[in-house]
Amino acid sequence: MSELAIEAQGLRKQYKDVEALRGIDLTVEPGTVLGVLGPNGAGKTTAVRILTTLLPPSGGTARVMGLDVVDDANALRAKIGLAGQYAAVDENLTGFENLEMVGRLYHLGRPKAKERATSLLDRFELDEAGDRLVKTYSGGMRRRLDLAAALVADPPVIFLDEPTTGLDPRSRVRLWETIEAMVSEGTTVLLTTQYLDEADRLADRIAVLDHGTLIAEGTADELKRKVGGEWLEVTLEDASQTGAAIAALEAIASGKPTCDDGVVVKLPIAQRDGSIAGAVRRLDAAGLNVHDMAVRSPTLDDVFISLTGHAAEHENGGDPEDQPVTEEAVR
Amino acid sequence: MTGVSALIGDTLVLAQRNLIRIVRAPDLLTAFTVQPVMFVLLFVYVFGGAIAVPPAFDGYADFLIPGIVVQNIAFGGFATALGLADDLNRGLIDRFRSLPMARAAVLAGRTVADIATNLLSLVIVVGVGLIVGFGFNESVPSIVLGFVLVLMIGYAFSWVFAYIGLSSSSPEAANAFGFMAIFPLTFISSAFVPPETMPAVLEAFANFNPFSTMVDALRSLWQGTPAGTDVWAAFVWTIAITIAFALISTAKYRRTVVK
Repeated sequence: MSELAIEAQGLRKQYKDVEALRGIDLTVEPGTVLGVLGPNGAGKTTAVRILTTLLPPSGGTARVMGLDVVDDANALRAKIGLAGQYAAVDENLTGFENLEMVGRLYHLGRPKAKERATSLLDRFELDEAGDRLVKTYSGGMRRRLDLAAALVADPPVIFLDEPTTGLDPRSRVRLWETIEAMVSEGTTVLLTTQYLDEADRLADRIAVLDHGTLIAEGTADELKRKVGGEWLEVTLEDASQTGAAIAALEAIASGKPTCDDGVVVKLPIAQRDGSIAGAVRRLDAAGLNVHDMAVRSPTLDDVFISLTGHAAEHENGGDPEDQPVTEEAVR
Repeated sequence: MTGVSALIGDTLVLAQRNLIRIVRAPDLLTAFTVQPVMFVLLFVYVFGGAIAVPPAFDGYADFLIPGIVVQNIAFGGFATALGLADDLNRGLIDRFRSLPMARAAVLAGRTVADIATNLLSLVIVVGVGLIVGFGFNESVPSIVLGFVLVLMIGYAFSWVFAYIGLSSSSPEAANAFGFMAIFPLTFISSAFVPPETMPAVLEAFANFNPFSTMVDALRSLWQGTPAGTDVWAAFVWTIAITIAFALISTAKYRRTVVK
């Protein structure tokens, strides 16, 4: 029987008047990636903070690499790395000095700490910026340095709390590639995210969290089947012809085409390739003029509407960077 | 690594980090070097002529310097409050808490770094003091003991500021909070004017104020003025403040949860 890398049972966290976690179970096999998906305030960060020994749970138990997060906290800290959305690096130190400091605090010894700092800067393509102060770094560079800091002691388990929140699309893709490279070397990863596409790309399994409760768990495909896949949205020049359009498109749809608002026809599709060309040909043959047509992917909101019947609430609301992004936006 | 050697090692790693930061932030360095000089000059030349000093002292500068030395060293821990509040805001404390390092090292690294900056500003203030008319009037061992007392006072207040830093929501708040807490305490004391010249209520407060005890002890150690029980009382106060605030700051650090 193989030991689980992360195992949590009935994890609860009660703040003064808020129940942040209402008893969640999580298991992560060694060498795999679990994506914890949920909106702000779902309890993602609280779960990470408990699993990384920063917060004691109010109830339940959790073990990481077989070590209890409360009773064996000190021994556990040597086996985990943490990187987060706040990019916890020291702005007034250079990239090299940051990594060296973390290495020495992991008790690697000064020569080993320097050696690790050099090799990580190289690997994260920060070697040229290594002697510059971090305050001169871009947002993406800071995140990469933060991630490198989590890897200094080469820990078997890494926790990434919203690693790409607030990053521009190019930096996101670059950070994804870095995380993928890390995973390919056998590291176990638990990452939290608000983005379905991020979980889809990086995670072997996805756990969906809402209001401190685990509402779904499975592979990306299992989850998508619950939510529904991609769909084609067709807007006609003449809205009175939507009935004819539905009839013309039914043959290429993977489900029943709908038109809820009387203007836009929604057409579930099994695969993206060729679907637009097929739809255009059929609409053309039926003599219908198209005003607009686009492939849409399910967003986090779609997952939540499908699983909970309500939209994902963005509790800190104001920040546009925290809103879900569709797949089109990053491609 | 065993507990004690880990604590010492981690503390030195973080003290080194804090000192590197100070050297790179020239505005902070100004606070340790230029500001105390400015204070000495303003007090000696603006207020000096108007303040009557006890006959044991050779002019206002002679009276003032030990007072301004103690006030300056008490504020030396400011870097600790600002730095801790900053680290909390930036999530660095989270990183430290997730590392297998000694728990007390984050605070100890701060306060130990303060000793170096305190020593620097102490040398500057005393140097300027000697130029404007302050004079030592005691044996060398007694003068050295005075310097030891000053550095111990600085260390004690670093722990006070550690508590203030951990209790503040931002570096700006730590700044305001620290100023309000320490400033009146240093002024309503024997540091700048003889307490006999104050209204009765303030005089009573000044005579009870541990700052007065510390300043009078320093005057005794450096200038041979009569101190009564002040010298050993000053050491007791200093050690008591250090222990009390080291304990409550460490407890506060353990409980601190970053938003």
